[in-house]
Amino acid sequence: MNIVVCVKQTTDTAATLSVVDGEASYGDAALVLNPWDEYAVEQALLTKEAEGGKVTALCLGPDSAEDALKQALAMGCDEAVLILDAVFESADTLVVSRALAAGIEKLDPPELVFFGKSAVDSDTGVMGPQVARRLGWPSLNLVAAIPELDASAKTITVERLLEEGRQIVSGRLPAVVSVVKEINEPRYPSFMGIRKASKAEIPRWSAADVGLSGQIQPALSWPEILAPEKSEAVCELIEGGDASEIARKLVDRLVEEKVI
Amino acid sequence: MVIVYIDHFDGRAVPASWEALNVGRGLAEELGSEIKAVVLGSDVEGIAQEAKDYGAGEVFLADLKVLEHFRPEVYTEAVTQIVQEQGAEIVLFPTTGRARELAGMLAIDLDTGVTPDVVAVELEGSVVVATRPIYAGKLLTKEVNQARRPQILTTRSRSFQPPEKGTGGEGVITRLELELSEPATEVQGYKESNRGTSLSDAAIIVSGGRGTSNNPSLKPPPEITDEKEQEIWRAHQGFELIGELAKVLGAAVGASRAAVDAGFIPYANQVGQTGKVVSPDLYIACGISGAIQHLAGMRTSKTIVAINKDPDAPIYKLARFGVVGDLFEIVPALTEALREKLDKA
Ligand SMILES: Cc1cc2nc3c(=O)[nH]c(=O)nc-3n(C[C@H](O)[C@H](O)[C@H](O)COP(=O)(O)OP(=O)(O)OC[C@H]3O[C@@H](n4cnc5c(N)ncnc54)[C@H](O)[C@@H]3O)c2cc1C
Ligand SMILES: Nc1ncnc2c1ncn2[C@@H]1O[C@H](COP(=O)(O)O)[C@@H](O)[C@H]1O
Repeated sequence: MNIVVCVKQTTDTAATLSVVDGEASYGDAALVLNPWDEYAVEQALLTKEAEGGKVTALCLGPDSAEDALKQALAMGCDEAVLILDAVFESADTLVVSRALAAGIEKLDPPELVFFGKSAVDSDTGVMGPQVARRLGWPSLNLVAAIPELDASAKTITVERLLEEGRQIVSGRLPAVVSVVKEINEPRYPSFMGIRKASKAEIPRWSAADVGLSGQIQPALSWPEILAPEKSEAVCELIEGGDASEIARKLVDRLVEEKVI
Repeated sequence: MVIVYIDHFDGRAVPASWEALNVGRGLAEELGSEIKAVVLGSDVEGIAQEAKDYGAGEVFLADLKVLEHFRPEVYTEAVTQIVQEQGAEIVLFPTTGRARELAGMLAIDLDTGVTPDVVAVELEGSVVVATRPIYAGKLLTKEVNQARRPQILTTRSRSFQPPEKGTGGEGVITRLELELSEPATEVQGYKESNRGTSLSDAAIIVSGGRGTSNNPSLKPPPEITDEKEQEIWRAHQGFELIGELAKVLGAAVGASRAAVDAGFIPYANQVGQTGKVVSPDLYIACGISGAIQHLAGMRTSKTIVAINKDPDAPIYKLARFGVVGDLFEIVPALTEALREKLDKA
């Protein structure tokens, strides 16, 4: 089974962000494989281990994003492709979804394309469904488990994590599956994997390579980036007496401040 | 025209739908335009009626068997048809898993942008200038769609006021017979449907962290010999106390990732950068240190109370009230004190 996993490079979640010259700055924080995408990569690898075939990691990003793809290779992906072009610098989801869908169509036809739930920098959380829509495939979004996958019958059953519980959905392959954290426990890259990845030559595709010449005007722009207001809270410690006294004092303060 | 999509589950609209409707109403008023709502499903006339009561001038109701279960393909097809037919300038959705997906797919159908999880809006002429958190709320960005229409946005739960009920009522309900294709997916059923308040809609959240397992005086039953299982057992006692406190307050229960990863509580309860982002009126963090990824998920809570053994825990930097102590003593005492207070009231 051919499997594709779309991955993004993001800043480490521990990074401190600030606004410098009107742009978001993450200082010297590390760039990492988007944490949600580790689950997508893991699920792609588990699927391959069960069904055979190969896993291709696909990323649209700048030069540095090659490291995220190397991480995916080190975990066990077979191939990787970086879509990189100056025209994508101010891309929005409309443009990125078009480029990723075009990239997927250029690869050996996959049966499954995995996405993470969301990218921890832009926090848009729509890419999987958008690419699915472009490809005309079922969008199986927010997937927490895949109880059934039948490669020969080309069917899949998933559990989608909705706010109210789980929705059990079955669909036909090819399909797009966006995963949430609960689905698995991502593996660490093996020593051999890291060695192999460090030597890998990752092909780069331009916009023209994936057949995009026009249609790359983003719809959105970002006139201003702001730092949130600093929280004014000064912590008032509730102390003195035993637990019940402290608890009563706390309740009184919450009532006084009209919190409850 | 402004169109608002009303998301619902199991016969009930999600509260954030009404917040979105109110945002839409405000925008429509300012633009001198109309506010309309879309209700899709099967047997959902009651929700359409409610949308009217909440102020929609016209409610498009597609009450069809094929729409019985939320399936993104067929739902997108329906919304696309309605939005195109009406020529809406702005389409709003509440930010739920379902509606966010729908908004994204609608944007593809209509070749336009989508701005998810908006916390503030203003108008510049006919252009909506939306503010949304990025980097898990460490920054905010303004986002605009200058040239393409419609402008599609999803509004974050509890970031906007819900409308007063009964402020509308002049509106009409228009039933639509849409031609829709049978999608390639089938819904087999649901499980673990929790009927309580979802974390994103909760006005009060009580959360537990790794500290919930830290009570050495609790002796697990002898049949549990595995150390990890013993820890989980202890944590269940901790979460039991948290659950009781939540019950008195009518609150939802949250957790840190450490608690989820250790198997104390399901992932659906996780608050933070890789869990749910929440913004309740009151957030009570019990045995949670306050790692940056956790804070990212709850920093916009109106009032934060921290209960922690360690006076230097970073959570106190964000907390309005702090109790330094053992959650196994403080949490039940707090439940008791609240019960007393409520009995008197
Ligand atoms: C990519 C990535 C994403 C992440 N996403 C999230 C996320 O979405 N949400 C999240 O929460 N974390 C997230 N984390 C994890 C985060 O970094 C922390 O590890 C986690 O939040 C710690 O959880 P904790 O506070 O429960 O545990 P700890 O940090 O171990 O803190 C436990 C606290 O409990 C206190 N305590 C112990 N015993 C008691 C007692 N009896 N009574 C009272 N207090 C007690 C201790 O003093 C301590 O402060 C993420 C990490 C990474 C790398
Ligand atoms: N530039 C990109 N290249 C490859 N995959 C991406 C890219 N951006 C987003 N994705 C995928 O889409 C998911 C959701 O991202 P987003 O909608 O940007 O929050 C991520 O978890 C990735 O799997």
